[in-house]
Amino acid sequence: MDIYEKITALVPGVRLEEGATPTLYVEPASLHEAAVALRDHAELQFDFLRSLTGMDWGEEGLGVVYHLESTRLGHQLVMRTATADREHPELPTVCDVWKAAELNEREVYDYYGVIFINHPDMRRLYLRDDWVGYPLRKDFDESEELNPIRMTNEESSDFTSVYVKDDQGHTVETKQVLFEDDEYVVNVGPQHPATHGVLRFRVSLDGEVIRKLHVHCGYIHRGIEKMCESLTYPQTLALTDRLDYLGAMQNRHALCMCIEQAMGVELPERVQYIRTIMDELQRIDSHLLFFSTFCMDLGALTAFFYGFRDREMILDIFEETTGGRLILNYNTIGGVQADIHPDFVHKVKKFIAYMRPKLREYHEVFTGNVIAQERMKGVGVLSREDAISFGATGGTGRASGWACDVRKRHPYAMYGKVEFKEIVFEEGDCFARYMVRMKEIEESMNIIEQLIDNIPAGDYQVKMKPVIRVPEGRYYAAVEGSRGEFGAYIESRGDKYPYRLKFRSTGLPLISCLDTITRGGKIADLIAIGGTLDYVVPDIDR
Amino acid sequence: MFDFSVVTNWVHGWLMSLMPEGLAILVECILIGLGVLVLYAVIAMMMIFMERKVCGAFQCRLGPNRVGPWGVFQLFADVIKMLIKEVIAIRHSDRFLYNLAPYVVILGSVLAFACIPFNKGVEVLDFNVGVFFFMAASSIGIVGILLAGWSSNNKYSLIGAMRSGAQMISYELSVGLSILTIVVLTDTMQFSEIVERQADGWFIFKGHIPALIAFIIYLIAGNAEVNRGPFDLPEAESELTAGYHTEYSGMHFGLFYVAEFVNLFIVSSIAATVFLGGWMPLHVPGWDGFNQVMDYIPGFIWFFAKAFFVVWLLMWIKWTFPRLRIDQILHLEWKILVPIGLANLLLMTVCVVFGWHF
Repeated sequence: MDIYEKITALVPGVRLEEGATPTLYVEPASLHEAAVALRDHAELQFDFLRSLTGMDWGEEGLGVVYHLESTRLGHQLVMRTATADREHPELPTVCDVWKAAELNEREVYDYYGVIFINHPDMRRLYLRDDWVGYPLRKDFDESEELNPIRMTNEESSDFTSVYVKDDQGHTVETKQVLFEDDEYVVNVGPQHPATHGVLRFRVSLDGEVIRKLHVHCGYIHRGIEKMCESLTYPQTLALTDRLDYLGAMQNRHALCMCIEQAMGVELPERVQYIRTIMDELQRIDSHLLFFSTFCMDLGALTAFFYGFRDREMILDIFEETTGGRLILNYNTIGGVQADIHPDFVHKVKKFIAYMRPKLREYHEVFTGNVIAQERMKGVGVLSREDAISFGATGGTGRASGWACDVRKRHPYAMYGKVEFKEIVFEEGDCFARYMVRMKEIEESMNIIEQLIDNIPAGDYQVKMKPVIRVPEGRYYAAVEGSRGEFGAYIESRGDKYPYRLKFRSTGLPLISCLDTITRGGKIADLIAIGGTLDYVVPDIDR
Repeated sequence: MFDFSVVTNWVHGWLMSLMPEGLAILVECILIGLGVLVLYAVIAMMMIFMERKVCGAFQCRLGPNRVGPWGVFQLFADVIKMLIKEVIAIRHSDRFLYNLAPYVVILGSVLAFACIPFNKGVEVLDFNVGVFFFMAASSIGIVGILLAGWSSNNKYSLIGAMRSGAQMISYELSVGLSILTIVVLTDTMQFSEIVERQADGWFIFKGHIPALIAFIIYLIAGNAEVNRGPFDLPEAESELTAGYHTEYSGMHFGLFYVAEFVNLFIVSSIAATVFLGGWMPLHVPGWDGFNQVMDYIPGFIWFFAKAFFVVWLLMWIKWTFPRLRIDQILHLEWKILVPIGLANLLLMTVCVVFGWHF
């Protein structure tokens, strides 16, 4: 393995385990060094941190799993590190190497209590500041006395902690100020019309100009990853639809795919066809809702109704086949819940024929409007480097010139066999993000048209054992969700329950780059940027 | 042409026969005041109903249609709801200014409303500097909005009020310039006189190019003046939840709400009066038969038809366009509309001097 040789030459004391994706074991002491080497070495170039997962391995201690990928060279690597100290677990931060790590490390701190040295903002991310204990640790005390339902308001602190090592190697906590006393701090959310859910920003303003912004998550945190650890695999499926409710099909597809790959299940073609079509319908649904709500955010209320009117047709199609409109519960391990409705093919074709002229109408009523253009062009520019570093995939990344479509990078289901263009824009501004999504509606319709007439006959469900056990191991599978890469990471010990199930949120990277791209903009730009980033809050909070 | 002064003269004569002159004038003042307020409320309700129906039509909806025929009683239900809702006094607000603000806004609105000539002989406030008075009265509303934003002790309200102050004061300039263009053409500032001068053709036709430019500038600036989309930044709900009136409830909110709608009507009716002839029927010089037929239609019908046509235009714009940003709004006013307005004023002056108008 040549990567191994290169890495050992760069960073001594690492161990490599071969597999479909090689796994690198790194000691905490050399973690930061290894991270820099992995990113900067000319033949490695692991510049994209796909996923960062906190882990409790029991005996082995607490640790983190990093999923890395090189955007230029295309190869992948899993990096693992662990600290045996359960009382005061400490790991070096990598958020100066990959910006995506910043919020993810806060999540790990929140769930496992691992302190990241030199992390600029070591606060809890989802739970309340007065939460006792770290819930995803296997020895977490769940008793009601420790964490009763608190009836008091949670005061937002203006301070954060930064942990650094002093000369003797002791960890020292220092307090850092988030907002000075004389700053004009405006609270946006959690109940605000433009945050599309219960997300909250604290924005420091200078007149109308944004000086900095802090994101507060957790208002719809349900501990889905924790719940999954005590659910059987078929039961965990029910929760994926409730993450990104506009990507319900794709989310569930990712988890099913991960479990199926782990178990080595061969799927009939019919299932693959149906899943692909459903994923694309879901994408159109999500992008139509994006168009509607984004227009509403900018004050164009009529366009909002246009989008919702047309989205209804997709929901009707979903309803006929799956019985649900938002929470669909359609994919199952080894197939789908029910065969497609006899009218399905006809209705989908009718919808596509109806939708194409409507898209032109959208462009006439909104895209071409001079005010809309002025509001979008040159606003909230996200550079390609930042998009990769933050891991901002999906339409956001592609608008910044990063071809990050999972359907192209790691084709799954039928995507390897259909022809479609990956829409990539270079500007990285709101208009590019908007246009990527509008054009993707057309591409999704192209994909559906290639498949809809050729759905092969066959079973829609593989016969599975009554109790599904995933063989011991670690598995990661990703799909292109409506707003970016949605991944499921399973660590199994061979039980009917996952030992650890982590979902790579599509929205978390999107909000982590908000501060960078809104600085210097106006309040109205924050709304436009938030609208075009197109995050869905339950997906961020999980 | 029906002249309403017949009625007013008769009432005056009747009251004079019953009581001394001072008392009669006092009674007349009260009657007129009541009349203005009733008309104000009726117009407000008509506007709200129209907004709902027009907006519904643009958005492929039906609008209210459950309460009464075509949903007309929805309005009455809303008014009653607004009246009986609690006016919540919020803590840490400047109580006096907070309660005063909606009345300042409604005061400015009613004063401006009283300037409108509805028909021949129905002009409540009509004197030789009517245009000037109208501009002054309509500016009082800004004070109310700034007070509301300041006294609410809410950051959203304050930002909304500041936006509103910057925006309304700026756009006042363009409104003034475009009306001034017509004043140059007519050499009078009295609204009734302005209407009378349009007996042989509305100013938008008589003043041709400069009048048309002034009309368009007036529509844009007037729309901004009443804080409606695409210039609804002071209350941009997706940014500032409700802007300056975030903290108001019950009838105090209702006053802001009503004032906003009537202000839209006022702006439209001034546009109708100054550019489209007000209550003056459509007259074409030379076509006497046609002009006589037009005269059979009463003036107030002409007036309301024109005013609501302009209202409809502005609603069309509001429900189609996205919202501007604060820097874009100020850029549009100071760098585009004001220079054009000034040049247009000059053009109109030249036209008048050389007699290039009809």
